[in-house]
Amino acid sequence: MATKASRAAARVMISPAVLLLLGWMIVPLALTLYFSFLRYNLLMPGMEEFTGWDNYSYFLSDPAFTAALTNTLLLVGGVLLITTVGGVLLGLLLDQPFWGQGIVRILVIAPFFVMPTVSALVWKNMFMNPVNGLFAHAFKALGLAPYDFLSQAPLLSIIGIVSWQWLPFATLILLTALQSLDQDQLEAAEMDGASALSRFWYIMLPHLARSITVVILIQTIFLLSVFAEILVTTNGGPGTASTNLTYLIYMQSLLQFDVGMGSAGGVVAIILANIVAIFLMRMIGKNLEA
Amino acid sequence: MARAVTNRRKLIVTVAAWAVGIAIFFPILWTVILSFKSEGDAIKTPLEVLSSAWTFESYATVQERSNYVRHFWNSVVISLGSTLLGLIIAIPAAWAMAFVPGKQTKNVLMWMLSTKMLPPVGVLVPIYLIFRDVGLLDTKTGLVIVLTLINLPIIVWMLYTYFKEIPGEILEAARMDGASLRNELIHVLTPMAVPGIASTVLLNIILAWNEAFWTLNLTAAKAAPLTAFIASYSSPEGLFYAKLSAASTMAIAPILIMGWFSQKQLVRGLTFGAVK
Repeated sequence: MATKASRAAARVMISPAVLLLLGWMIVPLALTLYFSFLRYNLLMPGMEEFTGWDNYSYFLSDPAFTAALTNTLLLVGGVLLITTVGGVLLGLLLDQPFWGQGIVRILVIAPFFVMPTVSALVWKNMFMNPVNGLFAHAFKALGLAPYDFLSQAPLLSIIGIVSWQWLPFATLILLTALQSLDQDQLEAAEMDGASALSRFWYIMLPHLARSITVVILIQTIFLLSVFAEILVTTNGGPGTASTNLTYLIYMQSLLQFDVGMGSAGGVVAIILANIVAIFLMRMIGKNLEA
Repeated sequence: MARAVTNRRKLIVTVAAWAVGIAIFFPILWTVILSFKSEGDAIKTPLEVLSSAWTFESYATVQERSNYVRHFWNSVVISLGSTLLGLIIAIPAAWAMAFVPGKQTKNVLMWMLSTKMLPPVGVLVPIYLIFRDVGLLDTKTGLVIVLTLINLPIIVWMLYTYFKEIPGEILEAARMDGASLRNELIHVLTPMAVPGIASTVLLNIILAWNEAFWTLNLTAAKAAPLTAFIASYSSPEGLFYAKLSAASTMAIAPILIMGWFSQKQLVRGLTFGAVK
């Protein structure tokens, strides 16, 4: 069907997108890699020199790195757990017939459209603030001492905020998947006397497995790069209690001006993200063939 | 659904679903309420807040003190600009891959997607230094370029999945009638592709509007869009809940409305067609 001429035209049409993305990928990546082997601090211009693996050994042996890696894993894992379990439950609830489905759906997905800096600041001030926050008012009304969420449980508080932002995404996708489930199959199982729990376990959950995987993989890509929520709530503190890898690298590069060390961190972050990306790409690739 | 649903069951589900929906939406609702209160009232107990007087004063103050309109305009320019630029680059590419697929098409698509998996912090330093050296730091142009590039894979993918659904026979018929490639593109394909393009535009404006890594790191006072401007409320002096609420309400309202219109496309766009 495709002629030689249309092939050539197709190549011309694709090339701007490919070349731009190639440039966007190769140039900064090569520079990051190059900087990561230099002693390079913006405060000492002209002093750059090759240092081999020094930046990597400093970065990887820094206790802040271990803390940041742990925090990153806890943040990603915690949010994934809350949003997928919550998303399945909410999906099941919203999949039932009820009055006002359209409106409730709109309410549930709304947090996803709120910009990260707004949702973080709203939670920080209007809810978690130990003096004027709604939680503080609630604690006082119950006769309890107010709790300073962001300084006493910073990471957990951030997990809560980020989960609020991502729960709608998981819910929306899992609800979409549930709606494509064959109702006859469920009815047949019900007639055969299968309990609600076993219908969920043996019919719905296997049907959802693919979508759950997609939710987990895509969220992981975004969650590895959580930044704004940390910047405006805790600045990574107290200490390194809520510093994730992205935030640590940001601090080293743009606050301490240590380009070499920041770049070494960047390479580490890229490697970690790639491990997840490989699985995600396989899933999507399979779908492309189907 | 064939199964008979008793009204009682429907009532229970309705109550539960509304309760959950309102609980999830509550932080947004509360922000909107506080934006219409005075600073003194905004920090009182919830019942006192609700019974206090309503006022527009915070909206006026936010604009007077911080030139809110400029930051809003920056957000508009950056999100529309990057979406339009992305479309111009992506439409031909997606068209070619959907209608003239070659052996490499799948690989090219997958590779484009893989650029999206690159953590932004991995290239923060070089981009920052390049931007500093060529004078793109804190400019709208710089942000348009970066956001175009980070969203380009999503635009190409979304358009590709929509274009794939356009039946090829129609194009062949047009070709038989002697339509040139250019005419085919403008008169046959484009009208059929408009709904897909519209959803792509919508989703990308949302993503660009809310992008908060590059906008925070590459701007200062001048080109800061709303994401970065709102972040300046993280270290405030004195009373500011009502002002923060007013600034936030204005920042999220347009995107919230757009988002509600694009629910379906959101699933498709953000899962790269893996869930439809």
